[in-house]
Amino acid sequence: MSPPPSSLPEETHCRPKSSVMLARVAGSLYWMSRYLERAENQARLIDVNLNLLLDFGHLSSSQLKDHWLPIVRSSGDEELFARLYQNADNRSVTEFMSLCRDNPNSLISCISAARENARQVRDQISSEMWEVLNEAHHFIQRSRPQDLWHQGASAFYERIKRYSHLFQGITVSTFSRNEGFEFIQFGKYLERADQITRLLDMKYHILLPTAAEVGGALDSAQWHAILRSASALEAYRRAYVSEVHYLKVIEFLLFDPHFPRGLRFCCQEMAHFIGLIEQHHCPPEGHSASRRFAGFCARLEREHVRAVVQRGLHEYLDEAQLEIAEAGNLLYQNYMYHPAVDLNAEIRFHQQQEQQQQSEPQQQSEPLQRQTADSTVTEATSKALDPDRNPR
Amino acid sequence: MLFDSYQPENFHDEMFQSRGCPRPHYQAVMDAINGLQGSEFQQRQTAVEAAFMRSGVTFTVYSDSQGTERIFPFDCVPRVIPALEWQRVERGLVQRLNALNLFLHDLYHDQRILKDRVIAPAYLLGAKHFRREFMHSSVPRDIYVHICGSDLIRDRSGNYLVLEDNLRCPSGASYMLENRSALKRSFPELFERAGVRPVDHYPSELLKVLQHCAPAQFRGDDAPQAVLLTPGVLNSAYFEHAFLARQMGIPIVEGRDLLVRDQKVYMRTTAGPLQVDVIYRRIDDDFLDPSVFRPDSMLGVPGLVQAVRAGHVTLANSIGTGVADDKVVYYFVPKIISYYLGEEPILPNVETFLASEPTDCSFILENLDKLVVKAANEAGGYGMLMGPWASRAEIEQFRRLIEANPRNYIAQHPVSLSRHPTWCGEQFEGRHIDLRPYILCGEKVTVTPGGLTRVALRKGSLVVNSSQGGGSKDTWVLQS
Repeated sequence: MSPPPSSLPEETHCRPKSSVMLARVAGSLYWMSRYLERAENQARLIDVNLNLLLDFGHLSSSQLKDHWLPIVRSSGDEELFARLYQNADNRSVTEFMSLCRDNPNSLISCISAARENARQVRDQISSEMWEVLNEAHHFIQRSRPQDLWHQGASAFYERIKRYSHLFQGITVSTFSRNEGFEFIQFGKYLERADQITRLLDMKYHILLPTAAEVGGALDSAQWHAILRSASALEAYRRAYVSEVHYLKVIEFLLFDPHFPRGLRFCCQEMAHFIGLIEQHHCPPEGHSASRRFAGFCARLEREHVRAVVQRGLHEYLDEAQLEIAEAGNLLYQNYMYHPAVDLNAEIRFHQQQEQQQQSEPQQQSEPLQRQTADSTVTEATSKALDPDRNPR
Repeated sequence: MLFDSYQPENFHDEMFQSRGCPRPHYQAVMDAINGLQGSEFQQRQTAVEAAFMRSGVTFTVYSDSQGTERIFPFDCVPRVIPALEWQRVERGLVQRLNALNLFLHDLYHDQRILKDRVIAPAYLLGAKHFRREFMHSSVPRDIYVHICGSDLIRDRSGNYLVLEDNLRCPSGASYMLENRSALKRSFPELFERAGVRPVDHYPSELLKVLQHCAPAQFRGDDAPQAVLLTPGVLNSAYFEHAFLARQMGIPIVEGRDLLVRDQKVYMRTTAGPLQVDVIYRRIDDDFLDPSVFRPDSMLGVPGLVQAVRAGHVTLANSIGTGVADDKVVYYFVPKIISYYLGEEPILPNVETFLASEPTDCSFILENLDKLVVKAANEAGGYGMLMGPWASRAEIEQFRRLIEANPRNYIAQHPVSLSRHPTWCGEQFEGRHIDLRPYILCGEKVTVTPGGLTRVALRKGSLVVNSSQGGGSKDTWVLQS
């Protein structure tokens, strides 16, 4: 049952106005943050892999394909890639993942989506935050594939990463610690957690290790590359003071409680911000994201790397991805997304009300008229205001 | 010296009395700029443009499928208005807006002005933007127009004339503010000792106006909840909407963020619905409420008009103000001023002929090649015939249009707009300008000291609209 529309006003003024935030705004802040984080991860991934190839000398086209395809696959865009390009090599993959407008996960698409979301909430974010995104957008819009090679790919990706870092720093120093901040941070850590699982999963696809290869030069170079793709090599060395060993790498990236790009850390942060967001509101019955996600975080703390690898890393990563996505979905449905009002139902409803008012000569007839109005209203009202929000 | 070769020619030039001889209030600006090389000036001009692009002070070009963003061209030489001159302009604008608000109240209530035969009823009751639905419906504090942007021009003798009133959703105030801050950054030396009156209090003044006009029923202890209603990011003025909302600290909302229940307006927040008291709307009447006006409008809020009529929410500007900036009604504004205020208009109109008056009409039709003809309800420089520059075919087309629908047309003698030195890549040349000041009506009527000076960048052009090759300048009003 939906509440009668007249019961609304009491519950509406209980919040201080300074923290009022449109659901649409929360959604835009969240996506702005996710897209930028995605761009940063992607930039690092391409950069590291271009760099890694330099260690291998000349590679045949099938070797190149083996190198690049898992990377394309990790963002789920393999089919699209196959439609647009014939060969998977340095140029085609780099172009596809960086400047291809048809690829929704390319850097250019991510940056412009982040900027478009920022534009929609231009009044909510600081000018400094906006200017970074706007500048990044204009920079990448101006970039052409040939420039990218001509002027050095590394410098290009470096610049993208810097925009992201700059944005994060500016956000921390200029954005008030209100609900909006929580959505921005939640979006960032969610994307980062998701990316780290994809990164490790990619290695799983590249490497189906035979006993001889484990610890070999190629294997070791690839695990180095994974660490560097997560900006984790230096932190790993400080933590372990030893060789790069694949079990330790997995352990570090998944279960280290302190490394800010690791899965466990990101999930702790997500749980923290979910908690803050749900503190402001009462989540709909049975839809609390914090309770569910807390369970997942607790499991992360108890996990042992050997057991995980034995059970199957790929399966484990899949499961983690699902948990992360589910947390995002719950928050999105509960706070960021209001189903669109059915405009036609709204128009009919208000036109009927109008007519009733005009044909209401006496006050006495009012209660009856009201009732009829209510029954015609329910459809529109329930869609728009019912706390049991419809799924997308 | 950069200004040495500048030719004021046979126009009213804002800066020069005659060649090489600046008006006294421009002396300081001239000295500062004359100290620069052409290349230095160009460098700073380019830097300003890059800064506008970086901070996203842009408008979207609709015709382009990529949705290209352009900056609104900006010229670094400021337009300077001395204090005494401004005082008169200011008094004239205040007088005009006071009269127009009285007129709108009268028109939507007793219609004394029609009963007294000052204006023939047919002109008003048949006007496109007259909203019959709002007869006898009152607005808080009887203010219909809260924000007004009248366009002023100067004729060959330097007299200020009102070219038109914009009483619906006048735009451009954000450019007034951005232009000032851009010029301060790029030419700080110009401001030293110049004594320029600041304009940056405009957003807080605007917020005060919005709060002042909260519904009479508003009983909250807190400030009323104001929002800015935008058509969305695709609108060419979205930059301005976001800019003003940010400066005022109020939420910017789209139609889909609002919902009407029990004749009250709510916005849909993360915490559920929250009531809205005042809406600064940047959407035209027609699109406000699809249950009353255009049913195909996806921008509006069904039920909004009822909420306004019930007095639960205030719109700024009110619905139905467009009737008073109809170009035919413009013709009557001097009479409106005398009728309601018993005063002579301080700022005159441009001499105007009404095609619907038989004697005027024959005069217009005989002189189409000498007159400027305008459609009564068009804006942005569209629907216009510039007689002296028009082709035979264009003239004949307008002849047919006027004969078919005389109520919809007025004509004016072309005014030779004043000119201002403007940077044209290598040197300064004279370009025609106008002035859009911003007038706010809250507790009292105030005019922001400055405004948006628009420049017709094309040589010889009289059309200053941004959609047709116009640019803008910072506008200085001097303290003394």
